[in-house]
Amino acid sequence: MSITDQFSEDALLNCMRCGFCLSACPTYRLSEVESASPRGRIALMRAVHEGKLELLDIAPKLDACLGCRACEVVCPAGVTYGQLLEEGRAAIAEVRPNPWPVRFAYRWILGTPGGIKLAGWGLWLYQRLGLQAVARRLGLIAKIGGPGLAAMEQALPAAASPVARASRRRVTRAKSEKKARVAFFTGCVSDIVFYETNQNSIAVLAAAGCDVEIPAGQGCCGAVHAHAGEHELALAQAKRNIAAFEQGGYDYVVNSAGGCGGALKEYGKLLAGDPGWAERAAKFSQACRDFSEILATLGAPALGELSGTFTYQDSCHLRNVQRITAQPRALLKAIPGARYVELPEADQCCGAAGTYAVTQADGSDRILTRKMKHVVNTGADTVVVVNPPCHLEMIEGVQRAGLASKIRVRHLADVLADSLRSKEG
Amino acid sequence: MLKPEVLRELTAIVGANWCLNSPADLMAYSFDATPLYQHLPDAVVVPGSAEEVAAIMKVAYQHRIPIVPRGQGSNLSAGTVPTQGGIVLGLNRINALKEIDQENMTCTFEPGLVTAKLHQAVEALGLFYPPDPGSMTVSTLGGNIAECAGGLRGLKYGVTKDYIIGLEAVLADGRMLKVGGKNAKDVAGYDLVKLFVGSEGTLGIVTEATAKLIPLPETKRTMLALFQDLTGAARSVSRIIASRIIPATLEFLDNATIRVVEDFAKIGLPVEAGALLLIQQDGPESICERDSARIASICKEEGAFETRLAQDAAEEAALMTARRAALSALARKKPTTVLEDATVPRKHLAEMVEQINRIAQKYSVDICTFGHAGDGNLHPTCMCDERDREEIHRVELAFEEIFEAALKLGGTITGEHGVGESKAGYLEWRIGPTGIEIMKGIKASFDPHHLLNPGKIFARETRRRVVVRA
Repeated sequence: MSITDQFSEDALLNCMRCGFCLSACPTYRLSEVESASPRGRIALMRAVHEGKLELLDIAPKLDACLGCRACEVVCPAGVTYGQLLEEGRAAIAEVRPNPWPVRFAYRWILGTPGGIKLAGWGLWLYQRLGLQAVARRLGLIAKIGGPGLAAMEQALPAAASPVARASRRRVTRAKSEKKARVAFFTGCVSDIVFYETNQNSIAVLAAAGCDVEIPAGQGCCGAVHAHAGEHELALAQAKRNIAAFEQGGYDYVVNSAGGCGGALKEYGKLLAGDPGWAERAAKFSQACRDFSEILATLGAPALGELSGTFTYQDSCHLRNVQRITAQPRALLKAIPGARYVELPEADQCCGAAGTYAVTQADGSDRILTRKMKHVVNTGADTVVVVNPPCHLEMIEGVQRAGLASKIRVRHLADVLADSLRSKEG
Repeated sequence: MLKPEVLRELTAIVGANWCLNSPADLMAYSFDATPLYQHLPDAVVVPGSAEEVAAIMKVAYQHRIPIVPRGQGSNLSAGTVPTQGGIVLGLNRINALKEIDQENMTCTFEPGLVTAKLHQAVEALGLFYPPDPGSMTVSTLGGNIAECAGGLRGLKYGVTKDYIIGLEAVLADGRMLKVGGKNAKDVAGYDLVKLFVGSEGTLGIVTEATAKLIPLPETKRTMLALFQDLTGAARSVSRIIASRIIPATLEFLDNATIRVVEDFAKIGLPVEAGALLLIQQDGPESICERDSARIASICKEEGAFETRLAQDAAEEAALMTARRAALSALARKKPTTVLEDATVPRKHLAEMVEQINRIAQKYSVDICTFGHAGDGNLHPTCMCDERDREEIHRVELAFEEIFEAALKLGGTITGEHGVGESKAGYLEWRIGPTGIEIMKGIKASFDPHHLLNPGKIFARETRRRVVVRA
């Protein structure tokens, strides 16, 4: 099989080149050249498929795509751009493999439940043993992973301790009248870096009437693998998670990371061609709900008063893949005492785009700079996010703009948990 | 391939970021929104100012290199495909809205400005620039000028040529030409402004334009009329206009188009309807009220089984946006969507619709029809698969016969998409050999070396005319 066979010809031909996607594409808006647009990239993939270009001719153009999928929302023809992009990246990864440390991390750290747990401890040790201070002083992170990784490292919040992690409850009972039994998907970066946010999500769900369980054996959603062209690893993650969740007889599988949720909801499509898994995957995806989505369905818990001005940055995959925009905003607006201001261009990517901020630091910076201007103009003191990479990116943006003392970046679940505590307290 | 020294000269003008010639970049500029046309340029140059455009044109003139001007490539007649190579001149970076002159009610802008952005800016001041092609969120005003774009409001408000009153252009040899301005009246010599509008990039590169504006209508009223079949809808259109009502918009969608548009937009369009009319009237409240009531009763008399009034501005906007997505939404059905633009005097609309259906059957091709019914401007769109050469051949024959049928009814081969390359072979059918000769003379006086968008408008040879059953 030649590499070009990896493209779905029907999906390529479905693009009729009207260009409606151009104005929705953050990279086209910045670079103003066609090869940085969805239509252009599809034309390039088609040219490879037809043998008119080499895969490596187009690799830099695909690398520069955020994968935000804003183009899919505005595409009247319904082109499955995300699928084509992942096919392209998988083909590229075969002829231009990812560097070995990256492959190692994807396979053994993010790619196994044990690796994720170890990484959580590792992050705590790194911060506690003074390694972080040393690394920062020597600029080690930038030397290893480039300026993008260094900036992300700067944005890391304090990690949860192994003691806290060890005491995590597998089952949290509903705190009000029980409405549903849900399984919580903890994720990889979510659980390593934003352990508290996961715990807050569970607390809010319990307050809203959910029995929340954390099924053992679950791992990373596989989005990070698929985006990097590691297709086989992505499939392995999907299968592991389906197996981990399908036994419990849960009403819903809930998570609070927009990007992971997008991937989970697409397991059905990802495994559609695999007879052994297609049905199980479809069933799993149908049960998946975003944190804000399930609260909108079941009804939010009674919220307590919070002061301050809040604004909200969409997660691209919550918006463009899961098509969830109204629910998080409605929850924020429902907090007594809080003022909500809409962020201009909230629907545009913040520049994090999974690992894009690390691999394409320059493009990511330009996008973030524009984003921060809008944030400052809202006058908000809290930027609310719903996805771990966006969370880190916005912290980085606030730090870089010298606004860390004025503007907080919080996940929706953290804000709602604060609101609940204010009621109790 | 351009010689290295030419590339160096071009790079010196625009900088390395904006002179592109990697295989991927050339491929990305090898097409527009027209199916079945693709050709690599030799270079892509994206200038940042009119001065840079003039400098590029001088280089191209000196080395006799073809220039294909391009906005954002939403053209539907292969007008921006570099079918003879040369330089694709991307004008999307020259995109300033320079002035909105409220006293003179004009606006002045650069060619790369996106149409919808101009709408937003002038409407915020209570002013109105009516031309609104379906692609207005992506199309540039330079492209609209080149094609004399129409849109959904053409019936009441006219098309691009009715609004452009001044232009600055760079000619093939790099000279600047300034014509027209802000005067409401100006008969100083030939009307070169109007000549440029619709010239498809074959006479010069527009670098600045001035358009007249009108007051923004006070209010509007939008309605849907649903029919069991096409002919009832088409008859309603003729009767509405014969009753001396000119709606701002009078659009027509057949069942297949309704279905794909609903599939995308999910706004509750009636997928069971055989055809629908999307009708908008604007103006003072009392006029909107009166006209929409009269229109509703005409439609009912002609067999509409339901008429629905949009309840608020959001629903109105959703309906109009959905209609604008019609062509692209049709791409859901088949890999290739070949769209045409035949136009007839509006009295003959019903007859034209019937002809299209007959021709589709004759060649067993799958044609959906939507379009600006009030203008007699239909967009029969053929859903096919470009991998099937035999089917594509039947599609070509069907469209030839559609052109012929339109001409027979006193119509034209293109209402608003331009001749480009895809209809060049049919131009003579419409304007005759004398028309071709005069137009070629005009072209030669602007561009003696045929460097500007070569192969567009004029064909090497005219298509042999088909015989249509009377």
